[in-house]
Amino acid sequence: MLPYITLLLLCQLAGEIITRLAGLPIPGPVAGMVLLFLGLVVRGRVPPELEKTSQGLLRYLALLFVPAGVGVIAYLDLLSHALLPVAAAVLPGTLLTVAVTGLVMQRLGRAAGEKR
Amino acid sequence: MEARLAALAPGLLHTPLLWLTLTLLVFQGAEALFRRSGAHPLSNPVLLSVAAISALLLACHIEYQVYFSGARFLHFLLGPATVALAVPLYRQMEIIRKSFAAIMVSLLAGSLTGMGSALALGWLCRADPRIILSMAPKSVTTPIAMGIAGEIGGLPSLTAVIVIVTGISGAAFGGWALDRARVKDPVARGLAYGTASHGIGTARAMHASPVSGAFAGLAMGLNGLATALILPALVSLLHIGALK
Repeated sequence: MLPYITLLLLCQLAGEIITRLAGLPIPGPVAGMVLLFLGLVVRGRVPPELEKTSQGLLRYLALLFVPAGVGVIAYLDLLSHALLPVAAAVLPGTLLTVAVTGLVMQRLGRAAGEKR
Repeated sequence: MEARLAALAPGLLHTPLLWLTLTLLVFQGAEALFRRSGAHPLSNPVLLSVAAISALLLACHIEYQVYFSGARFLHFLLGPATVALAVPLYRQMEIIRKSFAAIMVSLLAGSLTGMGSALALGWLCRADPRIILSMAPKSVTTPIAMGIAGEIGGLPSLTAVIVIVTGISGAAFGGWALDRARVKDPVARGLAYGTASHGIGTARAMHASPVSGAFAGLAMGLNGLATALILPALVSLLHIGALK
């Protein structure tokens, strides 16, 4: 497991370095995800230990957002000044985005499936 | 009693032990409630955990920085966990190759809906332009969203909060919207979660199925890129900046 935790960290580190040097508008971990993906494509298979390590981390992905989520309390003042527009835009806007993305993909995916 | 607690406090308050234990306990309790309620949207584990811990900190007058100094060890794992999304994504290589165009089109449609709906609804509420601009990048992951907000004239710290609220909204109620829209395909559901509500949505999608989780992770990354490229142009096109 340890070698693969190291691998994940190395990809993240490489991602941070690349995005900073190239001034890319994406976060280091996302670039690291692309690097690992490319590595897997080149390798042609997923080492079983890497599978286990990534499953272990991803199983509790939701938990990892809790510390940042609680950060809302640091900005309650700021949020209270923008309460109406935030309340009106965030939930409906997000649900609309979810529905549009899902519907378009389902339609197009089905069309592509029929052609196959 | 209170005096004793106060004597205990300085030592424990500043150790990660207390905050990590609290976060793990609360989260597991929230997950148990989520399962018991039959995955009810309001019992989303991130929503419940954030609400419970926030209420506790506010009631005890504990600053967020104190909590985060301990809980940041969990927060740190978000980096390697994001990298780890490459593994389920690689497993979906076949679908990605076959449906590449469909993925790109739906991602773009979702990305534009996300930005457009925030701008339009904010404008309808006659919100301050700085607030509208802070809401526009709400669907993408925090570091990207804050960067864009700063660039287009929004308030990055307000954006950070709105991004979290967006993530939790999508994770909790996105499934309801997808059911109403009769989207059943796990690939489409995953893309929708990731496009609209970044990592928190991805965590929800991962919980539903590894296929959805993989595509949510992909959508999260791609929408971050799309929003960073499109939103500044869209804002200058609509002359929203001129209202500043």
